[in-house]
Amino acid sequence: MVSPSVASAASTPPAPPTPLVEFWRAFSANKGAVFGLVVVCVLLLLALFAPWIAPHAPFQTNSGAFLVPPAWQAGGSSTYILGTDAIGRDILSRLIYGSRLSLSIGAVVVLIALALGVTLGLIAGFYRGLLEIAIMRVMDIILTLPSLLLAIVIVAILGPGLVNAMLAVAVVVLPHYVRITRAAVISEVSKDYVTAARISGAGTLRLMFSEVLPNCAAPLIVQASLGVSTAILDAAALGFLGLGAQPPSPEWGTMLADAREFVMRAWWVVTLPGLMIVIAVLAFNLLGDGLRDALDPKLKR
Amino acid sequence: MLRFLLTRVSLLIPTFFGMTLLAFFLIRLVPGDPIETMAGERGIDAARHAALLVEYGLDKPVLTQYGVYISRVLHGDLGKSIITQVPVLDEFLALFPATVELAVCAILFALLLGLPAGIIAAVKRNSWFDHGVMTVSLTGYSMPIFWWGLLLIMLFSVYLGVTPVSGRLDVIHYVEPVTGFLLIDALMSEEKGAFVSALQHLILPAIVLGTNPLAVVARMTRSAMLEVLGEDYIRTARAKGLAPFRVVAVHALRNALIPVVTVIGLQVGVLFTGAILTETIFSWPGVGKWLIEAINRRDYPVLQGGMLLLGAVVMLVNLLVDLTYGIINPRIRVAR
Repeated sequence: MVSPSVASAASTPPAPPTPLVEFWRAFSANKGAVFGLVVVCVLLLLALFAPWIAPHAPFQTNSGAFLVPPAWQAGGSSTYILGTDAIGRDILSRLIYGSRLSLSIGAVVVLIALALGVTLGLIAGFYRGLLEIAIMRVMDIILTLPSLLLAIVIVAILGPGLVNAMLAVAVVVLPHYVRITRAAVISEVSKDYVTAARISGAGTLRLMFSEVLPNCAAPLIVQASLGVSTAILDAAALGFLGLGAQPPSPEWGTMLADAREFVMRAWWVVTLPGLMIVIAVLAFNLLGDGLRDALDPKLKR
Repeated sequence: MLRFLLTRVSLLIPTFFGMTLLAFFLIRLVPGDPIETMAGERGIDAARHAALLVEYGLDKPVLTQYGVYISRVLHGDLGKSIITQVPVLDEFLALFPATVELAVCAILFALLLGLPAGIIAAVKRNSWFDHGVMTVSLTGYSMPIFWWGLLLIMLFSVYLGVTPVSGRLDVIHYVEPVTGFLLIDALMSEEKGAFVSALQHLILPAIVLGTNPLAVVARMTRSAMLEVLGEDYIRTARAKGLAPFRVVAVHALRNALIPVVTVIGLQVGVLFTGAILTETIFSWPGVGKWLIEAINRRDYPVLQGGMLLLGAVVMLVNLLVDLTYGIINPRIRVAR
């Protein structure tokens, strides 16, 4: 990799920076990306330690405290810092527990899409011809349909629920991973090191996974990081439409679906879950942009 | 040009057939058979069930059924809604103009704000304005629009009371549908105040639906302008003493617009995705709301037909965008 940091390397000690150090330098130069990373870490901590951080249990209702406004507003109480919903559940606690769901949704969707997408992309890239055409045509069809529409139809058929929603979103985002992998494979396969490996007797599977795949990692990592934000957003949209996680789950989109009828009188029930979605999605987008700039200067626009 | 056109069209045909396959088989994955679905919770006795299976051709092999389905689709018959018994195509055509009207206004909103913002951001690179545009655009890109819609309703309809909460027109007005586009119909009709009312109903949904495209247009315009502004011919234009405005607005913008047009073309699918959410929030009587209602009522023919029709619309628009480039930029025609 001809690094763009040659100029900065001159001012540092003669030993060349390790790839990791070099990566961190490029990454940390991007303030937005660092901010995204910090937010993602905070969300992770919230998710991991939810039972200890959350002041109340997420499903615990309190018939004496319906729609209590946040603590700083008239009528608010310090017991419920961000107020309560229509059946007296603590909003703050539900938001904290919701981060568990949203982060898992992001991770699971991206892992499914990566596993399937990389496999299909490798197959399409290695076995050019009929198989490739078949795979890429199917991906074209998925890409042509409006993404949420296809996800909705899949969920409508499989039945509403968090697991089916994650599957649907994974199917919808799959083409991106297949295309990226295939394009990277095709450009790598003709390189000398692959020919060398092939001549020295490496089998196709070995060529696929241990020779070519590591060199396709950069765009896939970037896509995966940006994909988490898409997954969170789409799953929340499905939840909002009543097709994703089902009540009383504290998934942020599902919370918003419940909150719709309180637009007239309880702003906190409507505003806060959406704010969490924006923060999470924004953080993963910033992180992904930063990773792209740091990992692959060629992709930088 | 004809060859370019024919290649593009011939690529669409397998995609369309693939889509019919998808629509046909996805619906077959629904647990239970269509007759049971139609019968609903009341159930149906075995003899009637068998008779209906024969009547609907569901006793034949799957491939034959698909053959029948495809020939019906090609003849414009997408089946009937289980609930209303109206042909799916008729329902779609009645509602589609409302969605198009919303989508067109959303794109106009995105362009009217996004183009100037992107251009100024590129010209004043690294200024506070540039950073502001990029921050806002990244936020707009990350925005869950169903929440954004609720926020705007809360602010403008509930607290300020300046816009209506839902629908397309106040009930006191009646406008004869001529074009299906309410803004145009209202202008042509004699109804006083109908146009204003239609506009008031349209403005929030259009902003909500236009938010994601706005972010994309602003970002894309900025980066395309930055690239073009570094070109030699821009330096030449500056050197020969052209006014800065002319350099930016004429020399740079024309070339920067090509990638922007591409991106707008690709936004059609995104717009339909957004329309499903926007129409649900604002009770906008378009195809998005129709599809969500079809899901809640388990109206599978509507779902199947609607998916196919929207997919076909996206395909056609993508084709048009492709052809437009071929005309704007001859290099693309040759390259493919």
